[in-house]
Amino acid sequence: MSTQINRTDITPRLRINTDLARRMIVGFIADQIAKAGMKRAVIGLSGGIDSALSAYLAAEALGAENVLAVRMPYETSAENSLSDAESVIQALGLASLTVPITDMANPLIERFPDMSNVRKGNIMARLRMTILYDQSAAWSGLVMGTSNKTEILLGYSTIYGDSGVALQPIGDLYKTQVRELAAALNVPQAIIDKPPSADLWVGQTDEGELGYTYAEVDQLLYLLVDERYTIDEAVEEGFGHAFVEGVWQRVKSNHYKRTMPNVAKLSRRTLGHDFLYLRDFTGR
Amino acid sequence: MRLNIGLAQIYPKLGDVPANLEKHLDYIEQAADRGVDLLVFPELSLTGYQVQDLVPELAIRAAPDDPVFGALLEQSKRLDIMFGFVHEDRRQRFYIAAAYLSGGECLHVHHKIYLPTYAMFDEGRYFDEGEAARAFDTRFGRFGMAICEDFWHVTTPYLLWMDGADVLLFHSASPSRGLDASDRLSGSRWVELVNQAYGSFFTNYVIHCNRVGYEDGKNFWGGSSVVSPDGDFLVQGTYFDEALLVQQIDLNQIHRTRSRLPLLRDEQPQLMQRELSRILARDSR
Repeated sequence: MSTQINRTDITPRLRINTDLARRMIVGFIADQIAKAGMKRAVIGLSGGIDSALSAYLAAEALGAENVLAVRMPYETSAENSLSDAESVIQALGLASLTVPITDMANPLIERFPDMSNVRKGNIMARLRMTILYDQSAAWSGLVMGTSNKTEILLGYSTIYGDSGVALQPIGDLYKTQVRELAAALNVPQAIIDKPPSADLWVGQTDEGELGYTYAEVDQLLYLLVDERYTIDEAVEEGFGHAFVEGVWQRVKSNHYKRTMPNVAKLSRRTLGHDFLYLRDFTGR
Repeated sequence: MRLNIGLAQIYPKLGDVPANLEKHLDYIEQAADRGVDLLVFPELSLTGYQVQDLVPELAIRAAPDDPVFGALLEQSKRLDIMFGFVHEDRRQRFYIAAAYLSGGECLHVHHKIYLPTYAMFDEGRYFDEGEAARAFDTRFGRFGMAICEDFWHVTTPYLLWMDGADVLLFHSASPSRGLDASDRLSGSRWVELVNQAYGSFFTNYVIHCNRVGYEDGKNFWGGSSVVSPDGDFLVQGTYFDEALLVQQIDLNQIHRTRSRLPLLRDEQPQLMQRELSRILARDSR
């Protein structure tokens, strides 16, 4: 997919007041944990910018000692993933735990010799979810998600893997905005600067796999989602037609990852249809 | 005449009327200690905002023998109170309501007229629409009440103004939205702009109490305020945190401003009525 060069620069419209974002997200984390009757959060720390920023926000909301950062390397994980995560743990003084997943993942992976990288990656993501939820019970903390708006929209995630969490504090920030907020919170520069990667196999990068940069797709998603542009209107702003169509198709085809499974309605009142209460309605 | 306005910018607990009544009583106590004459709570202050299927179990009657309503009526012997609740009428219709209590009496109940049912809002699914915008007399003069979306439409404040309200009492559960690079959220900017506009257009006091806290992922921004008849903010903010804001207002300022700027004198409601009648007759053809 290619994008045109002569188009409107949407980047200035993606800029955020980082003080306000910080205030609202820190308050949200504290509120969600308190409503669950807890004081602590559990977070998977990959060494990337999303989980690093999330850890900074959680530490501010709950106190660093109430945030358990779990590192879960696989044998192919990049070396700097562990060390970058360590720099966050040290900088904030987080509680931490390292649980390598190689010995858990390989027996399943080896059972299917033709397994694709995507399948292997999904297994790793779901093992990490399992470990985080086990620590949730062991440590009395809610599992905090670290997904951003870009990857949630594009469905660049593993359902019931990295998407299996109790709250999504940065889920309304595009990757471009994650970078802006991370810089404002003094997340280590090495983490902000390195190429985003799910780190599920050697050499994997998000942008390589997606086929476009976050800087590019965030501008388009902002128009399509936040500003409700039609595909034709986005093309008029200078985005390539195939790029716009492809991105929007991807957003649509991954919607199942963003919603609860459909329930077949039979009775007068059915979960998911007309049993309508906020998630917070029993909150403390 | 001077009076002390209190803005009880609280975080109501979703679905817990007893806990919220306790919070009301606590703020009334604090306000009484600070010499407040009229204390304004936010929209649905007794129930929380997104009550959804909780509506029937949270609804109360606006009557002295209702234990919750009665408790607040009793407190209104100390100071005047405006608060928000789910009102159930005799025929099981539910309204988003605001009551003005004074001297142990309920002087007025306003039913929210405009129920936002778009984007993140879903009020029309659960509530009936109010059908009247009426001003009412208090010991401080003639006031009018409007609830959140009511003042996103110029109709409600205009009618209250024409019905004699010199002080507009607005309350909200306004969710935060529209984060960009500017100093405030776009939703907050809009509300503050129109509050200031109503003060300026109507040469009225405009008092606004908005809640704080979170419901699911939605934050409420607070920023409760008082606008003078000259269109100036006398108090604006605290944002995001619970607070009891106290601001003295001088009702004589209305007299002074209107002497300088006779917008009320020169307003032509008959023209409005005539032209609206013509427009509505044309549109109905």
